[in-house]
This record gives sequence, C-alpha cells and structure tokens, in this order.
Amino acid sequence: MTNTLHRFGSRDSLRDDYIIFAMAARGINDQGAPPKLQTFLRLALKHHPINVGNAVKGGIFRASKALTPLAHWRRREFIAPEEVVESIDTCTTVSAVFDDPANLEAFLTELRGADLGISINIAALTDEARTCCQRAGITRHSVEYSLGFHGDLNRLPDRHVLELSTMCGHGMVAHNLAKKMLDWVKEGRRDPRQAATYLAKFCTCGIYNTTRAIRVLEEARVGK
Amino acid sequence: MQIDHGKCVACGNCIPICPMGAIYIDPAVNRATVNLDECVECFTCYRGMSKEYLNPTLVRTIRGFLKYLRIRFDPEPDVCPTDALTPQELTWPRIVRQAFSDPLVPHESTGIHGRGTEEVKTNDVTGRVNEGEAGFTIEFGRPGVGVRFRDIQKMTMALAPLPITFEKKNPVFSLMADSATGTIREDLLNEKVLSAIVELKTKLEHVPQVLRVVEEVSQDLETIVSIGVATRCDGQGDNALEPLLKREGYEFYRGKTNLGLGRRPAAVPA
Amino acid sequence: MTNTLHRSGPPESFRDDFIVFIRNSKGRNDVGSIPKLKEFLRTALRHRPVTISQYRFGSTVRPAEHLNPRIHWTRPVQDLTPEQIIEAITKDHTVAAIFDTPEAMASFLREVKAADWGLSVNVAGLTAPVHACAKRAGIVRHSVEYSLGFQGALDRLPERPVLELSTMCGHSMVSPNLARKMLEWVREGRRTPEQAAAYLGRFCSCGIFNPARAVRLLEAAQRGNR
Repeated sequence: MTNTLHRFGSRDSLRDDYIIFAMAARGINDQGAPPKLQTFLRLALKHHPINVGNAVKGGIFRASKALTPLAHWRRREFIAPEEVVESIDTCTTVSAVFDDPANLEAFLTELRGADLGISINIAALTDEARTCCQRAGITRHSVEYSLGFHGDLNRLPDRHVLELSTMCGHGMVAHNLAKKMLDWVKEGRRDPRQAATYLAKFCTCGIYNTTRAIRVLEEARVGK
Repeated sequence: MQIDHGKCVACGNCIPICPMGAIYIDPAVNRATVNLDECVECFTCYRGMSKEYLNPTLVRTIRGFLKYLRIRFDPEPDVCPTDALTPQELTWPRIVRQAFSDPLVPHESTGIHGRGTEEVKTNDVTGRVNEGEAGFTIEFGRPGVGVRFRDIQKMTMALAPLPITFEKKNPVFSLMADSATGTIREDLLNEKVLSAIVELKTKLEHVPQVLRVVEEVSQDLETIVSIGVATRCDGQGDNALEPLLKREGYEFYRGKTNLGLGRRPAAVPA
Repeated sequence: MTNTLHRSGPPESFRDDFIVFIRNSKGRNDVGSIPKLKEFLRTALRHRPVTISQYRFGSTVRPAEHLNPRIHWTRPVQDLTPEQIIEAITKDHTVAAIFDTPEAMASFLREVKAADWGLSVNVAGLTAPVHACAKRAGIVRHSVEYSLGFQGALDRLPERPVLELSTMCGHSMVSPNLARKMLEWVREGRRTPEQAAAYLGRFCSCGIFNPARAVRLLEAAQRGNR
C-alpha cells in the first residue's frame, strides 16, 4: 500500500486528501482479521468517507462487467459501500478516504475505542495527520515521508495530470486518461464529477479521492 | 481575446490551441470562454486557426444531434467554423501582454521590436559580446507556461547587485522602475505574458555567480526559466565559456552558432 | 529569433534539426538586404532543405482565412510552394532554411560563404556538428550561444514527447495541448504523422517548425515510444 505515499501536489493541493487504511501483519495478527477489517470500514462509513476500498476487490468506483448500450446515457456511478464491506473475505488491506479532517478525527476517536488490534495508517499531510491523531488521543507510532520524484523528470507529464494520476499509486490511472479527462472537462464533454468517476474506476484499491480530483479538474478547466 | 458567444458553437477546437490553456467551455452558457486573467493576448487562436464562416445555428443543431447519439465529428483540428474569436481593444497595462506574447507585433508599449534584442545573432556586426565576456538571455514563461512580471522582478532584483550590466535595449529593461535595484513598474507586476527575456552581460569569471543566483531564484518561481549564455569565439572557433560551463556541471549540446559572415559597411560608423 | 535556442530533447533527438538563418543588423547593414535574403533562400533550395521560411510570414504551411467546408476531407499537406515564400519577401525580416542532415547543411554553408552577402548567418542546432560543418565549409565560427535548458517550476511542463514538438516554435505558438492532441490522434489512427505535423506547423508564425523531425517524433509515438 505504498501506493498512497507519493501523491503528487503542493501542500495546498493535498489539503482535502486523507486516506486511512487498516491491515494485519502477515503471520502475526492476521488470524481472524477479516471481521476486524469489516468493522473498520463500517465504523468509517459513519463518518462520511468519499471512498472506501478493499485492496483485492476494489472500491465503490469500479468497472461494470455487463453494460447495456443505454449506459452511454445513464450509468450507475458507484456501488453501495456495504458491498465493499461484504466483499472482505481474506486478510487484505482496507481503506477509507476522507476529504475533511474533522470527519477523520471523529472516525479516529471511535476507532481508538474499538481497539481492533490491527495496524492503522494515515496517508496525508503528516502534520495534519498528527494533529488529528492527537485530538483523538493517539500518539503516532511511526512515520514515513515522501521525498518526491527524482531522475529523468522530463518524462513526467505536467502537474495537473500528475495530481490526478498519482492518486492511484499503483499507476493504474494512466497519465493519458487523466489528460483526456482534463481535456473533456475543458471542452464541456463531461462535468468534473463524471470525469473524476471515470478515473476512480481504474483505481483497484479504492483509494482514489474524487473530491480532490473534481477540484483539480475545475481548476484546470479555467487554466489555473 | 474574447469569443463571440453569438457565433461560438462550442466545438472546442480552440481549446488545445491556446498556449496558456486559458480557453474552456463554460458549462453555464455552453460556449467557449476565455479566462482573461490567464490569457496573454498572444493571438495564437485568432491568427493561427483557419476560418470557415458557417451558420452557427445550423452547426449547433447538427452538433447537438450528433452529441445526443454520442457520435463525435472528426473535423480539421485547427479550424474555427464560425469565426467566433474576437480581439478586444487593449489598453495599458493589458497591452503589455500582447507586446510580449505576440511575436508579430512590435513592442509599441516599450518602443522595441521583439521580446529581446538581436543578441548574439548579429554579434559579428555589433560586437556586443567580446572574448572574455558572456551575454546571458534569461527567459521566463516558456515553453507554454507564461509568467507574471512579479516573478520576473524577483530575478531582476536578485541579479541587480551582481557585477552585471542589463542590456538597455531590452524590453524588460524599459519597464524597470529602477534598474539599479531591478524593480519593475508597480502597475505591471500582475500582468501575465507568454514569455519575456532579461538580457545582461558580464565577465566570464562572474558566470558561475550569475548562474547560481538564477538557479536559486528559479526555485522560488511559479514559472519556467530558460537560460542561454553566449560568448565570442577565438581565431580557431573555440571559446573559454564551454569548459567553464562544464566545470559548473551544466549539460549542454545545443545552441546558436554565429558564423561570422556579417559585416558592417564602411559607411556605417562603429 | 531566440525562438530557435531552447528546443527540448536529448542530443539524439536533434540529429535531423539544423536551422540556418540570415539577418541584418538594424541601422548597420540593413540597406538593400532584401535581394540577399531571397538569394539566400534560393541557394538553400538547391541543397534540399526540409522547409524554408520567412519570419512573421511562415513556411509552406500557413493558416487560411477562408476555408471551404470540403477541406475537412481534401486539405493538402502543403499550402504554399517554396517559391511563393521567396516571392512574398517584401521586408528585411529574418529568413531561414531547415535541414535534416549535417551534410546538406555543410554543402549549403559552403555556398553561403562563397556568396559573401555580408549579413549575419547563424545556425541553431547541436553545437558540435555545426562547428564541424562550419570548419568543413571553411568557416571559423564567430560566437556561440548555448542553451542551458529549463529551471524553475518544472512540474508545470508537459512530458518529453509533447515538449519536443511544442518547443519547435520557441515563441510558444505551438501549444503543448495541441501537440499532445496530435500525438493522440496519430496513436489513435485519426491522422497520419505528416498531417499532424502540418497542423502543428501552421501555428509557427516564423515557419521554423521542422516538419521532418516532427514526423519522426510522431511516428515514434505511434509505435508507443514515450
């Protein structure tokens, strides 16, 4: 799940991006983990996450296996979050994405009380994450910092594309698709919410932040 | 630049044409719209797009029907079907945008043609940069990003105290409020242009110092800085700048070579 | 014409990109230069340049003021002949010839030296081969300007294939978004690389966009090279 570490963007660009995920340590505390992971997600759902995901089955935004031609005019955008919860049948990583630190903080408070005994991580601005933890009565255990990209940087696309595509750290959201969606929004072919949904469907872990994507698409539309 | 909403059919052809990405379809009116704060008045859309003069109502009807069927017309990408792009009258300070951004208009606001001077291109005639000297062209805003004068000012203010001489015929120089401190006119600081070049000359031994300042200030800018540095070659066509730049760790392989074929007629005084 | 200095790409990307341009110096040797500019281009044509151009006019591909809707199906890849460009020279603007091999450029430079027009001639390209070609033509280079590349907010730049195309107009008239669109259209089989290069070239108002290099870059993208 290092796929949450290297989201690209300035501090301001990451202000509404909080991913919290739960996982068990293989061979140590993974016995009986699936019910705990389900509990994690059910608790999260009480605090208005914008996406929840199961790393091996996907999030609420996912590809449809059997579309009818009518889908070009009317299409279901996401599945019920409870379906994601029900899909947890192995020891996997599950996540919830929040766009508001207050919601994350409330979730953390409840999570602390639940004492699930599995590892919980937050991928976000580190000082913001720390503040949320402190308010919820949690002292952070460890921290990993992203030091950004190095190497042949001229192979990278521009910042708007990267902001959208790196929200799937596994690279499942192609730069070219992100660019296409930026163009489609600019050209009025789709609105930012629709475009963000198309992108999120390719993130197989369900950690794509559609709120942030919509904001990036709206900013790019007017040339900011 | 503006777009006549009475003519626009929202085909979107002009959107990728804009070097600044300032054109978009405004969903509120379903017409192409220019974000005037980001537009640099380069006229690329107006001049570069070929024009048809089709009936807007007819085109909108056809487009609407095809769009409903999810069918996408595949037209020539550089065509405005209804001649909807409309230049607006430019006044000070906005006219400075066009002067720096449209290569086909002279710098009426500054009295100088082009974004820069003749630079090294006529060095064989002008003798502007001699052996032992380096001429810098520090360009802001390109490729495809644009720059506001407040960012340029950060650089000129950092460069001004160094042992350098700003090129006085350069358009940016003419907009400086005080060349000794590198400040630029207050009323221009928020104006955005496609590109602007600051030109200066210094001794070769000061080149590393200038490069370090440029590199340092660049980190703090919301735009791209392109650096060009020129010198006069010796009788064998070699020069002392090249090994110096290599020592400084720069990788360079492309540039402009003045062949030395230009002459100043005897009748023209030096 | 600093618009030729900062083309983007690794060295091998410029193996077919040599811009030879000639200009006068205002107030110094600009009297009676128009016939010399025309002769420069006519001489260049004998050495098979990929295109020739006149600053502020363009090259063989230009935007059209009055199109007929039929052009969506029947548009030519070239809008003007080289001779029409030469005939259109009425002011002493810079003119240029673009070559895709150092050999063609070197043979042209030999004629340029012999012609002795007394105007400034510059070559924008890889400095080492240009230096070698000049020597072969019996020319000792006078000055050189090096491009040290880009600094600053590099995350605002597009990816390399887009930059390689868009920076061929240093005035930034070739938008990165249009370059990307053409890369996509070629990949999707909507247009040929030659057609896409012509669309891009029409926006370069100085006409120094190198269509041969553009076609090569677009073909590479067609094969999936990023």
